[in-house]
Amino acid sequence: MKITLDITRRESPDAEPYILSAAFETVTGSETAAYALTSLNADPERRDVNGKPFPPIRWESSCLQKKCGACAMVICGKPMLACDARLEAVARGGRVTLEPLKKFPVIADLAVDREPMFAALAEMKQWLEEHGEVRPKETDRAFDASKCLQCGCCLEVCPNFCTGSAFYGTAAAVPASRLMAVTNDAERAALYRKHVYNGCGKSLACRNICPAGIDIDSLLVNSNAAAVWKRRRKGGNPWTL
Amino acid sequence: MGRINIIGAGLSGLSAALTLAEAGIGSRLISLQRSERSQSVLAEGGINAALDTMGENDTAAEHFADTMKGGVYLADPNAVDGLTRNAPAVVTRMAQLGVPFNRTSQNGIMQRSFGGQKKKRTAYAKSSTGKMLMTALIDEVRRYEVTGLIQRYPHHEFIRLLTDGGRCTGVRIRDTGTGLCADLDGAVIAASGGMNGMFPGRTTGTTMNGGDVTAGLFAQGVLLGNPEMMQYHPTTIGIPGKRCLISEAARGEGGRLYIMKNSGERSYFMEEKYPELGNLMPRDVVAREMFFVRRSGDTEGEVMLDMTALPEDTWKNRLSDLREEIIRYLGTDPKKSPIPVHEGIHYFMGGIDVNERHCTNIPGLYAGGECCSQYHGANRLGGNSLLGAIYGGKTAAQTAAAAFTDCPDREPIFTEMTDPLLEEARADFSERLAVILSGGLGIVRSEKTLTDAVSAAKAMDLANEREKNRLALGLAMLIGALERRESRGAHYREDYPEASEDYRKTTVAQNCGGEIRISFRDIPERRTDREDNA
Ligand SMILES: Cc1cc2nc3c(=O)[nH]c(=O)nc-3n(C[C@H](O)[C@H](O)[C@H](O)COP(=O)(O)OP(=O)(O)OC[C@H]3O[C@@H](n4cnc5c(N)ncnc54)[C@H](O)[C@@H]3O)c2cc1C
Ligand code: SF4
Ligand code: SF4
Ligand code: FES
Repeated sequence: MKITLDITRRESPDAEPYILSAAFETVTGSETAAYALTSLNADPERRDVNGKPFPPIRWESSCLQKKCGACAMVICGKPMLACDARLEAVARGGRVTLEPLKKFPVIADLAVDREPMFAALAEMKQWLEEHGEVRPKETDRAFDASKCLQCGCCLEVCPNFCTGSAFYGTAAAVPASRLMAVTNDAERAALYRKHVYNGCGKSLACRNICPAGIDIDSLLVNSNAAAVWKRRRKGGNPWTL
Repeated sequence: MGRINIIGAGLSGLSAALTLAEAGIGSRLISLQRSERSQSVLAEGGINAALDTMGENDTAAEHFADTMKGGVYLADPNAVDGLTRNAPAVVTRMAQLGVPFNRTSQNGIMQRSFGGQKKKRTAYAKSSTGKMLMTALIDEVRRYEVTGLIQRYPHHEFIRLLTDGGRCTGVRIRDTGTGLCADLDGAVIAASGGMNGMFPGRTTGTTMNGGDVTAGLFAQGVLLGNPEMMQYHPTTIGIPGKRCLISEAARGEGGRLYIMKNSGERSYFMEEKYPELGNLMPRDVVAREMFFVRRSGDTEGEVMLDMTALPEDTWKNRLSDLREEIIRYLGTDPKKSPIPVHEGIHYFMGGIDVNERHCTNIPGLYAGGECCSQYHGANRLGGNSLLGAIYGGKTAAQTAAAAFTDCPDREPIFTEMTDPLLEEARADFSERLAVILSGGLGIVRSEKTLTDAVSAAKAMDLANEREKNRLALGLAMLIGALERRESRGAHYREDYPEASEDYRKTTVAQNCGGEIRISFRDIPERRTDREDNA
C-alpha cells in the first residue's frame, strides 16, 4: 500500500518548522513508522513527493520493539511509539503525519529533548532511601511501575503538564509507586503530594495512552491512597472525591 | 576532583558508576542515549546465580562448571570463578534495590531452567528481567547524580581515546545535539555493549550499539579477544528492521522445537538426538541442529516452536509479555498454535580483550559488559550476560579505582573541533559490509566462505576513517574465524568439525594500520587460592 508520510521538520531548535512529504510503500503490512523512517534514512537516493532530495530525518530509536521509549512522537495526532505504529493501521486516507512531542523542546525534526523528565525524577528523589526487598504482595505493582519507559507519551496528553512547572505528571508518578512498593516514608509522600497529587486534575486523559501497558489508574489510586489517604484504601476511590 | 570516564550507560556502565560512587570516586557516565534506551532493558529471560532456592543443592562450583563447559573451556577460569562465586551476592543486592523477582511459595527468589545448565539457576522477573534490573540500578545511580559524584552525559558520542605515550589519558566525546566536542581527562571504562551495528537488521539487540567504539579502540591499538565468537539465538522471528527474540524461557517452560518431515510427521529433532537436555541444549547446538534439519532433504518448511501444551498458569505468571509480543508481531497466539522460528545474531562473546581484572592492553583503559571478551568463552549461557555485565562493570571499576589518583579535574569545554572521526560511516557501506560478514560468519563456516568474504571485504571502497575502522573490525572477525581451524562452541567449521586442543586458546587480533594480525594465547591455569575474590 502506498503511504504518504507528512513529517514536521526543523533543522535546529529555533528554525521554522515545515512539512516534508515522502512516499513509502508497504509490502507486508507490518511496516511501522519506525521502519519507514529507517528505510528512508538508509536510502542515499531518497526523494520527497516532488522528486527533491532531502537530508536524513533526525529522530530517536533504539530497540524497535516497544521496550525503550526512544521513538515516542505524535503520529496522526496521537502520542505513540513509532516502532509500534503500523502504518496501514494508523493511516488516514493513505497519509500518516509524524510530529515531534510538543511538551519538550525540539532538538531537530522529530528528536526532542526529554531531559526535563529526568530532572523531575531527581527532584522527586527517585531512589530507595533505605534498601529493601519489594513486599511480597506488592510484587505485581512494583513490576508494573518498573516498566515505565520514560517515553513521555502520558505527558503529551496531560492538560496540566508543561515543562518548568512543579507538576511532573504520570511519568514521575509511576516510578514513584515502584518505591512505595518497598517503603513509604513521610518525605516520599510529601514529594508525591507536591509534584503529582496537588497538580493533577484527575481528568485521566493519560488513562489509555501508555505504550508499556501500565495500568496507570490503579497505580495512581494506590499511590494516592498511600501518600494522601494514608492507606485507607478500602474507603472508596479517591479519584472520585 | 578527578573523574573516571565510563562509555555506556547500560547495565555494565551503571554498575561501574555505582561501584566508583560507593568508593567515593567521581565518574562521568557518557552514553549515546539515556539508560532507559540501552540494550540491557531488552533482556527477558533472567540472571544466573547459585542461590539454591529450588531445593536442588545448587552450588557456585556447579555454576562455574556449567559456564566453563558452555564456553567450551575457552573462558579464563579465574575470571569465571569470580563471576560465579559472586553471583548470589549480585542477585541478592539487586533484590535489595527493589527488583520484583518472581518468588517461590516460601518467598525465596524463584529460579528457572535455562539452556546448558542442569539446575534451576536463573532468577527472573516475569519476562522483563533486564528492564527490572535497569530500573532499579538507574534509580540507585540517581542518588549519586544528585550529589554530583556521578555526572551524566546522555546524548554524547565516543569519538576517540586520548593517549599519551601508550597510556590512556582521556576521551574525546561529541554532543549529538550541538555537534560540539570536548576532551575529558581521566581513565576510561568502555561499557559500550555488543557490536550489533556490524550486522544492521540482523541482530536481536539495539540498532544503536553501532560497534564504532570497539572499531575505534581497535584502530587505536586495543587488542580484541575471540572476535569470531558470536552467538546465534536459535529462536528469533523477523520483524521490520530487526530480529525479535523469543526467549529461551519459552523452551525452559516446556516449549518444543519440531520440523515437518516430508512424510507429514513432526520430528522433535532436539529431543530425538539429545534425550537428556533436549530443547534446552546450549544455544549453539540448537541453532546448528536447526540449520541442518532445514537443509536436510527429508524435511520441509521452517522449524516450529510449539508452546501449545504450556499450562495456563505459565502463560499468566511467567510468559505473559512474551505471548503479547508474539501476537502483535506474528498475529498468531502461541498458546493456540506453533510459531515458525529462525536463528538470529544475539550476543558477541568476543570483543575488547581484557584480563581477569578487566584491564585492556592499554594502561588506563578498562572494559566491562558485552563490549569485552570475558566469561563466556566460545559460547555464552543464557542468563550469564546480565550477570557478567553487572559483575564485569563492577570489577572494571574496582580495578580502575585501585589505580585512581585524585588530581584537579578540568571542566570539560565543548568547542567546534575538526577530527576525521567525526564523519560517520555511510549506511549503505555498513549494509554492504554486513552482507559480506554474514556470508562468512554464519552458523556453519568454512575455509571457502571465509576466504571469499575476506576478499570481498578487502575490495570495498572506503569513504572515511570510520569506514576504515569498521572494515578492520570486520576483517578481524573473519580472519579470526579463518585461522581457528577447529569447531568450538558458536564457531562451527564444516571443514574442521571437531574441537582441537591446539586451539583451546584465545584468539588475539591486532590492528596494525588496517593490517590484521591474529595470534593465539594460552588460557590461564585456574588458581587454587581464591581469597582475593571471596
Ligand atoms: C533481546 C535480548 C534479550 C536478552 N536476554 C538476556 C537474558 O535473559 N539474560 C542475560 O543474561 N542476557 C540477556 N541478553 C544479553 C544482555 O542483555 C546484554 O549482554 C547486556 O545487557 C549488555 O549490557 P551492557 O551494559 O554491556 O551493554 P548495553 O546495555 O548494550 O549498553 C551499551 C551502552 O553503550 C552506549 N553506547 C554504544 N555506543 C556508543 C557510542 N558510540 N558512544 C557513546 N555511547 C555508546 C549505549 O548508549 C548504551 O548506553 C539479551 C540481549 C537481547 C538483545
Ligand atoms: S489524570 Fe489528567 S492531570 Fe492527572 S496526570 Fe493524568 S492527564 Fe495529567
Ligand atoms: S507511564 Fe507509560 S506513557 Fe508515561 S512515560 Fe511511562 S511508559 Fe511512557
Ligand atoms: S525504538 Fe524502542 S520503543 Fe520504539
